[in-house]
Amino acid sequence: MTDLPPLRVALVGNPNCGKTAIFNQLTGSRQKVANYAGVTVERKAGRLVTPAGRRVQVLDLPGTYSLAATSPDEAVTRDVCRGVYKGEPAPDLLVSVVAATNLRLHLRFMLELRQLGRPMIVVLNMIDAIRKQGLTIDIPRLQAELGVPVVSAVGIKRGGCQNILAALDAPAPTPPTPLPEGTDLHAEVRRLLALCVARTTERTQLFEDKLDRWVLHPVWGMLILFVLLFIMFQAVFSWAQPFMDMLDNGMKSLGDHVGALLPDGVLRSLVVDGIIAGAGTVIVFLPQILILFLWILALEESGYLPRAAFMLDKLMASAGLSGRSFIPLLSSFACAVPGIMSTRTIQNPRDRMVTIMIAPLMTCSARLPVYALLIGAFIPARHIAGLFNLQGLVLFGLYAAGILSALVVARVLKRRATTDEHPLLLELPNYRLPGLQSLSIELWQRARIFLSRVGTIIVTLSVLMWALSSFPAPPAGATGPAIDYSLAGRIGHLMLPFFQFIGFNWQICVALIPGLAAREVAVSALATVYSVGASEADAASQLAPLLSAQWSLATAFSLLAWYVYAPQCFSTLAVIRRETGSWRLVWISTAYLFGMAYAASFLAYHITRLISG
Amino acid sequence: MRLNQLSLRAAGVIDHIEALSTHDAIAQRLGELGFVPGEPVKVIAFGPLGGDPMAVEIGFTRFALRRSEAHRIVLRDNTAATAPSCAAQPHEQADPAASSPSASTADSSSHQAPVAGPLA
Repeated sequence: MTDLPPLRVALVGNPNCGKTAIFNQLTGSRQKVANYAGVTVERKAGRLVTPAGRRVQVLDLPGTYSLAATSPDEAVTRDVCRGVYKGEPAPDLLVSVVAATNLRLHLRFMLELRQLGRPMIVVLNMIDAIRKQGLTIDIPRLQAELGVPVVSAVGIKRGGCQNILAALDAPAPTPPTPLPEGTDLHAEVRRLLALCVARTTERTQLFEDKLDRWVLHPVWGMLILFVLLFIMFQAVFSWAQPFMDMLDNGMKSLGDHVGALLPDGVLRSLVVDGIIAGAGTVIVFLPQILILFLWILALEESGYLPRAAFMLDKLMASAGLSGRSFIPLLSSFACAVPGIMSTRTIQNPRDRMVTIMIAPLMTCSARLPVYALLIGAFIPARHIAGLFNLQGLVLFGLYAAGILSALVVARVLKRRATTDEHPLLLELPNYRLPGLQSLSIELWQRARIFLSRVGTIIVTLSVLMWALSSFPAPPAGATGPAIDYSLAGRIGHLMLPFFQFIGFNWQICVALIPGLAAREVAVSALATVYSVGASEADAASQLAPLLSAQWSLATAFSLLAWYVYAPQCFSTLAVIRRETGSWRLVWISTAYLFGMAYAASFLAYHITRLISG
Repeated sequence: MRLNQLSLRAAGVIDHIEALSTHDAIAQRLGELGFVPGEPVKVIAFGPLGGDPMAVEIGFTRFALRRSEAHRIVLRDNTAATAPSCAAQPHEQADPAASSPSASTADSSSHQAPVAGPLA
C-alpha cells in the first residue's frame, strides 16, 4: 500500500465546525503553512499515515458557509472543491466536517458540497457534546439517506479521530448522486433532521444561554472584556518574568563561556558582542510574546473572540469599521503581519483597507522589548492601591494610546467614504474548552516564526550593527569612546539635527535604523551601541541601569511615544504591498506613521520637560 | 414585524427575507446562514452601545447582526405565529415533538422550538 501515490484529502466545513482541531489531531506537527498560488489565502497542508500504512495529504480549506463565495478565502474553498483551482490538483476525497451540535446550519453546506458529486465522507464532529443537548443522531440512517460514509469524531480529544482514519483506509467511496437541480437544501436539512435526530431527554439549559447572559450583557459583558484584556497585559509582564530571567542568565553564561574559548580580538567581539548579545536581547522576550499569543489563541479557540467583536461593534462602527475588524486588529497585537493577513475575512474592500492601515498602530509584540526595556529602566516597580503594578499601568496606557490613535485615523480615512453598508453577520460559536494539543501546535508555530526571525533577520542586523559600530576603529591615541569614530556614530550624528528636537541622542538615532527592519532589533542595537561604547560585553539587563543613568525621563518618554507609532518594520510594509497590491498604500502608511511618531514624540518630550522641570 | 423590532428575549418566526436590491449579498448570506421562512428566532442580547448590534439565536446557532441587517428579516405576524406548532409562545412550552409532528414545519420545530423554550 505504501507505494500508492498519497491520497489527497481536503477538509471542508463551516467556520466553527472544529475543522482545525481535527486537522491538528490528524497531522500533528507534520504541517506546512504557505499561501495558495497567486492569492494571499493561507494554505494549511499536512501529512499523515493511516493505521494500514496509507500515505495521506490533508489540506485544511478555509471555512465557509456556502460555495457562493463572498471573500477571497471562500473563493479558494469553492474552486479547490470543484477541482478548478489553478495549481492545486482536485482532491481525491472531500472530508465534510459538520458540527453535530449545529446540524441545521452545517448540514446545509454539506449538502451543497454533496451536490458537486465528488467522492466525499461526512465527519460528525463534537459528537460528545450533543448528549448534553439531549439529542441522539442515528448515524447509519443519515449515512443511508446521504449515500456517503458518515463517521463521528471528537476533534479536541486525543484519539478522537480514529473513525476518520478508518474511513481513509476503507476503499474509496462512490461519489454521491446530486439531488435534482433547484432542490431546496433547507427543506432537505429539515427532512434529514426529522429522520435522523431524536430527542432523548428534556432539554437542559444550555451552557451558552447562561454564560451569554453575562458575556453579552451591556454592563457586565463590557466589564468582563475589560478585565480579560487587563489581565492579559498584566500577565505578559509578571508571569513571564521568571522565564525571562532564566533565558537572560542562560544567554549571558553562553556569552561568557564562548568568550573564554576565543582569543581576544575582532572574532571574539563579533561572536560575543554581535551575535550572542544581539540574539540574546531578543530571545529574552520570547516568554512575553508566547504568553500574549497564548491568550489570543485561547480566546479564539474558546469562542470568546467573536463575542468581543459583538461588544465592540458599535465602537468600531464609530470609527467606520465593523466588529469583524476587531479580530485582525487584536491579532495585530501579536504581530501586524498575521493581523493584516487575517483582514481577508472582511468583505467590504474599504473596511479592509482601513483595517490594514491602522493595524500597525496596534502595539505588536515586537515593540514589547522596547517598552519592556524602557519601562523597566524608568518606571519604578511600585504598586498603586496595593493592587496594580505601576509598570503594568504604563504599558496599558501605551497600548491604549495606540488604540485611540487608530480610532482617530480610521475616522479620518473613512470620512470621505460613501455610506454603503458594512455587513457584520458574525457567528457566535458555542463555547469550548480550548484543546491543549491544538493550542500547543499553534503556539509552537508562532514560536517557530518568531525564533526563525531571531535566527535570520535579527542576528544578521545585529552583526551589521556590530560592524557599523566597530569599524573603522578609533585612531591610535583617541580619547573618546570607540563608537564615536565608527560609521554608526557618523550616521547617528548626521541624523541628530532632525531628531534632537524630540529628545533623541545619537545612540537612539543609530538604533532606529535597524529598528526599521524589525522593531525588536532596536533593543539589541542599543545594546550593541552602548556595550561597544562602554567597551563591555553585556546583555539587556545591564542596558536598563545604563539607560536610566544616561537618558533623561523626557527622552525615555519620547522614545516610548515614538514606538507607539513606530515607523513600520519592513515585513509589515511588505505584507501591506502583498495584500493590497498597491505601493501607494505602502507610502501613505509609512508617511502618516512617521509623521504621527514625530509629532507624538515631540509632545511627549516637551511636556515631560515642562512638568519635570 | 421585523427582527430588529423584537425586544430582548422575544421570539418570532421568519416569514421571508427582504432583499434591498436584486444583488443584495447580505440578504443572500442571511439565507445561507439559515434565516429561512419558518425558522424560529429569538433575541438574546443587544450591544452595549445604542442596542446595536443584536445577538439572535436560530436553531443552535447564535449570530450577531446589525440592526440594518436584521431589518431585512420579516417575521410572521401574530395570527400566523399563534399556530400550535410555532414558537410564538416560548414560555413553558413543552417539547412539541411529543404532540403532533404533522407538517414539515412542525418536524423542524421539534428540533428547533426547545431552543426558544424555557430560557425566556
